[in-house]
Parts: sequence; C-alpha cells; structure tokens
Amino acid sequence: MASTDSNGAFVEFDRVQKSYDGETLVVKDLNLSLPRGEFLTMLGPSGSGKTTCLMMLAGFETATHGDIRLGGVSINNIPPHKRGIGMVFQNYALFPHMTVAENLSFPLEVRKMGKSEREAKVKRALEMVQMGEFGGRRPAQLSGGQQQRIALARALVFEAELVLMDEPLGALDKQLRERMQFEIKHIADNLGITVVYVTHDQTEALTMSDRVAVFEDGRIQQLAPPDELYEKPQNSFVAQFIGENNTLMGTVTKMEGGIAEVTLDDGEVIDTVPVNVNAVGERTLVSIRPERVEFNKDRLHPDAHTIKAEVLEFIYMGDIYRTRLSVAGNDDFVVKTRNAPDQPRLKPGEMLEIGWRAEDCRALDA
Amino acid sequence: MSDTSATGPVLAADGTPLKRSLARALRVQKTRALMLIAPLLVFVLISFIVPILNMLLRSVDNDIVADTLPLTVEAVAGWDASTGELPGEPVFAALAQDMIVAVAAKNHTKLGTRLNYEQTGLSSLFRKSGRAIKKWDAETVGPFKEQFLDLHDGWGRIEVWETIQTHSRRVTPGYFLNAVDMQLTPEGAQSQPENKQILIKLFWRTIWMSLMITTTCILLAYPVAYLLANLPMRKANVLMILVLLPFWTSLLVRTSAWKVMLQQQGVINDVLVWIGLVADDGRLVMINNQTGTIVAMTHILLPFMILPMYSVMQTIPQTYVRAAKSLGATNWTAFWRVYFPQSVPGIGAGSILVFILSIGYYITPEIVGGTKGVFISNRIAYHISSSLNWGLAAALGAILLVVVLGLYWCYDKIVGIDNVKLG
Repeated sequence: MASTDSNGAFVEFDRVQKSYDGETLVVKDLNLSLPRGEFLTMLGPSGSGKTTCLMMLAGFETATHGDIRLGGVSINNIPPHKRGIGMVFQNYALFPHMTVAENLSFPLEVRKMGKSEREAKVKRALEMVQMGEFGGRRPAQLSGGQQQRIALARALVFEAELVLMDEPLGALDKQLRERMQFEIKHIADNLGITVVYVTHDQTEALTMSDRVAVFEDGRIQQLAPPDELYEKPQNSFVAQFIGENNTLMGTVTKMEGGIAEVTLDDGEVIDTVPVNVNAVGERTLVSIRPERVEFNKDRLHPDAHTIKAEVLEFIYMGDIYRTRLSVAGNDDFVVKTRNAPDQPRLKPGEMLEIGWRAEDCRALDA
Repeated sequence: MSDTSATGPVLAADGTPLKRSLARALRVQKTRALMLIAPLLVFVLISFIVPILNMLLRSVDNDIVADTLPLTVEAVAGWDASTGELPGEPVFAALAQDMIVAVAAKNHTKLGTRLNYEQTGLSSLFRKSGRAIKKWDAETVGPFKEQFLDLHDGWGRIEVWETIQTHSRRVTPGYFLNAVDMQLTPEGAQSQPENKQILIKLFWRTIWMSLMITTTCILLAYPVAYLLANLPMRKANVLMILVLLPFWTSLLVRTSAWKVMLQQQGVINDVLVWIGLVADDGRLVMINNQTGTIVAMTHILLPFMILPMYSVMQTIPQTYVRAAKSLGATNWTAFWRVYFPQSVPGIGAGSILVFILSIGYYITPEIVGGTKGVFISNRIAYHISSSLNWGLAAALGAILLVVVLGLYWCYDKIVGIDNVKLG
C-alpha cells in the first residue's frame, strides 16, 4: 500500500455520493479523511448510509460520484480483492466448509504464500485472539464470541493496514459484547492498524473510537472524538442520538457575549450556549444532559439557573437513580443521580427546584 | 438430581417412574399424529407397497407348472434325463390325467406360454395337444405314451421333458437368471446364447445414459440456479416461472415437441441446412437414438435439478463471497473455493433425484429413443403388456430397484445423505 499522502490522510472520501435507483441519494456529499492508525466509528440509525460507505470503501459498491482514496491513490476502479483491506462481517462470514485454520490460511493461500510461512502466520494470528487450540475446529463448533475472534484474526492475518468492521458485535450478548469491545480496541492499538468500524450502538462507538462520525440521512452530522460528541453535540439529531438527553423548546430572545437567552414555551427564561442558532426570534431546542442536572442545593453551582420541577416517577436502576420530572411543560425531563449513601430518593408528587450551569445547556436547531 | 441415578429410576411427582409418565403424556400426541397420517398411510399401503411386494413375489413365483400338471410333476421327478430315454408310461398316464383337467379349465395354453419362455415351441405343443385332448374323456385308456407321441412329436423330445422337470419347482430363480441374460437349464444356470443377450447391455445403457443425463442436467442447471438465487426478487420470479413452465405442460406434448425439433426434416436440421453448416443429404440423425433420448430427457428433468440447487444456493449468504474477495481472492477463486463447496449438497440432491427418475423413465425413451435409445423400463413395459412375461418383468423391476437402492447406499457412504438438502 502506498504511503500516507501530503496532508496526512490515509483514507479519504472526497465528495462521495451514492445512489442505487438514480432518484434518491443514499450518501450525500461525503467528505471524510482519517490518518493512519485511527479508530473511526461510523455511527447512525439503520438506513443512514453508514454501511453503504463501508461497502464503497471495501469495493463491493461503487461510488456514483466522487473519489475514494487510500494512501493517496484513488481506489474507485480497483476491485475488492486487490485493495488489501481486511474486513469483519456482521455474521462473521467464516467459511463453514473449512476449519478455523483453513479459514485463516485462505487469504495467505490466495497470496501464494509458502506452506511453512502460512502455518506460522496462522498460528500467530490465532494466538493473538487467544484461540490457539481451536485451529482444527469447524466454525459451527464455536460459540458466537469465538467465531468473532476468528473472524477478526482472519481479517488481520494477511497484515492489512486498514480493517473494516461491519457491526461485528451485533450478534453477541451484552456482556460478551463489552468484553470484545475492549479486546478489539487493544488489538487495533497494538498492531497500529487503521480501523473503520460501523455500528448503531452508541456505547460501542463511544468506548472504542478515536473519532466518531454520526450519520443521518446520508450525511455526516458530526465528526468528533467521543467526549466532544457527547458533551458538545453540534445539532439536535446528534444530541438526541447520543446518550440520553433532556429537551426544552423555546425561542431565542437575546444573543450576546456567547450566551443566548432563550424564553421557554412556558415563559421561563434561561441562559444557553448557542450552538446552531444565529438570530433572535429563532425557535430552538435546548439540550441538557440528565447527569448535569442538580437538585441538591449544596452541590449547585452558584451561577446555576434554577427552575421548579415536579417529581413524576422514581426508578431504581442499581448503580443510578433515574427520576422523571415535569419541567417547563416537559413531562419527560430525566435526572440521573449516582446511588450514593447520602443521595435522597425522591417521591412522586414532590415539588423541588433543580438547576444547571449555563454551559451545560445548549441551544440547538429546533 | 445426581443422587436419583444411584437409587434407581427417576420418579415423577406421583411416584410412577418418570419414563412411564412421559410415555403416557406423549401417547395422546402420538395417536393423534398417527390418525392424521392414517388416510395417506392406507392409500400408500394399498396402491404402492402391496403392488410392489406382489410384483417382487411374481419374480420368483412359479406355481403354474406344479398347479396345472400336479401328477406329472410328481411322476417325472424320479426320471433321469441323462439316460437318454423318454420317461415311462406312468409319467404319460399322469400327463394325460393332468391335461384332461387342464384342457377343461383351459389352463394348458397358459402353461404353454410359461414354458415357451424357457424353450420355444412349447406353446404350440400345448395348444395343439390341447385341441386333441379335448376329445378325450375319463374313459380314454392307455397306453398313453404312444397316443401322446402320435399327437405331437414334441412329446418325444428329451428336452421338453427336461424343461418340465427343471421348471416344476414352485419357486424359481429362472426369471432373475433371464433378467441377467442367463437361463435355468437342467445342468444349472448358464448364459443365454449370444444372440439373446440383450438385457445386461440394456442395464448398462440405462445406467450410462442416466449418468449422461444427470451430468448435462448439472451443467445446464447450475448457472440457472445460481442466477435464480442471486438475482433481485422480481427478476428471479420471472426466471422461476420459466423454470416451472415445463411442469405445467404435458410430458407427452414436450416429448412430441422434441420429435418435431430433432427429426431429420425437423426444425434444427432445417436451420442447419439453411445456414449451410450441414449438407441437405447429410442431415444429422438426432432422434430415435441415444442423442434424442438424452436431449429430450435432459430438458424434461432439468427442473428437478434446478430446484434443489436453487434452494441450497438461496441459503448461501452473499457475504461469504464478499468475505473471500476482501481476503484477496479473485472472482473465480472466491466462487470455486468458497461458493461452490457450499452448493455441493444441492448438486447431490438434484443428481440423486434426476438419476433415480431417469433410470426408470419410460415415456420419453419410448417416443424419441427408437431402438438404440430405449431404457430397461421400456423392456419391462414390453414384458408387462406385449409378451405378458410378468415374471421376467418383475425380476427386471426388482433388479432396477436393487440397483437404485445400491447407488443410494453408495452415495450415502461417499457424500453422506445428511449433506443432501432439498430446501
């Protein structure tokens, strides 16, 4: 594979569009570049175009317009088998008629590698995913998690620098999925490979990635590291798609000094950080994360804005309490608190004052 | 629970052994299932299994000699053909008694037909003798030997008596020997004369041509099944209708259509002559021979190959081929190393189906096969409806059945019947 080009991008989508029927665009004007060694996740609901992007990169779909470059070279006209990109599929796609070792040896065989070299590489790859003893088994004799490891080993065994993963953990149960997330991340870091990972699970995206691209309607809505994505969503779609989110509808009444004053629909006036509102009079959707809302007066920041709320429901979830409140006409306002010894358990019907800091409160597009 | 195994059988809550309570609980279910299939079971039993058993019995059944000539059979048992002398007067007396009864019941011609399978001429011997014996009655007195010899020279021939003696047993391997071009002689089983050996050849031809038909079916069906399984839904449905269309057309119509296509003045030859590929006096012979049978039967059996292949290919996800390509395999390698091995069960299922169907096929070879392209089944039909040698027909059928079961067993040993999927 050619080396990284001048501006540091290893994989690059340049104004890529994709249409299947000639009438609607599944991918609209995609621009994305990632440096070598990055772990990038494409996150989005189904039908948002993320899998199509992955398939275009792998070579199974052709871009209707635009350029996809790998190491500075356009790969639009290179067939999939010459791209040298490793890929892990959703249902693993382990060849059922071959043993695990034969599966791993397959990409080496088609590269005309000698037998002893092949065996050594297969052995090393199996050990990397801690499946050293399973070489002689058939895929059907393995559990889902084991198959997942083998699929990963197979995508890595021919030393691809770029590995694509299409919802690889979708079929696993929750616990196993969480363990595999870390394992995949560690292997990717150790090998220094570039990973493009597709998922619709936001927790997976946040825990694994260096950067996350949130897809919706064929466009990247936001491309940012996980913390920025969660704490500073660029628009209301991202805010609502990533994590839990409280929303309050209102109108911008004043803009000055990096603060937007928003009058909520019930008349309450709050200060917010304007993200994508530009002018006074615009409708806005104000977003506040549930864990940034405080009702304990002692912990409340002195500048915090307070507002009246009524407790509607208290849910005990083990590690946290989830309290549903009615705030400014919104009956789905959620507050999350840690299950600490001194944390009060609120009762339905209780009236209280809650508060938050203005910088946690983001005015987004309505 | 582990301690119960040490103390004896596991008990249900009320103290009865668990196995018995389970059996009781399942009995109602089983009875109902049995009742649901009972009509079909009875139908299959009456219309399929009983006739087959009946035919299998006929292939060894030889009651007619012992039933029609009971006294003669008994009397001739002690006769030794190697002396070169005809049997004595007691045997002829017994024959006279038997024949009077047989002629009255008109059984002697059937016996003649039966013995004629073994030795030509016996049919007319019995018919001619029968006409004379009709005039006899219980008062007719001996010595019968001279009277019979006057009646027909046949009674004076040692071979005739040998034949009667040899075939007097009630169970005979004779039909099976006939079916493999041998015959039962007084000296034991021997080959038929060269000019009568046709059945073994016919068996081999049937197997050979069935293999040819299966092979051509595989070659033609595989791409079609592949397309069916991989085209978008709507196009696949249209293609599917085209595949199934032959099923909705009468077998006879399809076969006759091939006759029109293949004959020397037919469509294909006309086109070839018109193009100039073939001279007018050199028209290809494509019908009334093996080519005709193979072409027509391949067409007729093709759906039976396509459908099992299709149903297996449908279960092979596209991701396997994609995975292979992403691992660096060319289109061909991806197909040959990854897709094809997974489609083998479909080929197996289709091949078994087509081979077994074609090995017993009758109508198509009859119409387009001429003399060189007929199958063993046409011979069976001939013996059932023309020569009326049902015993031989039954023996041929039984051998065919055993061959098919044997091949099935081989297939199971080599490929494994579990690997065959019909969908």
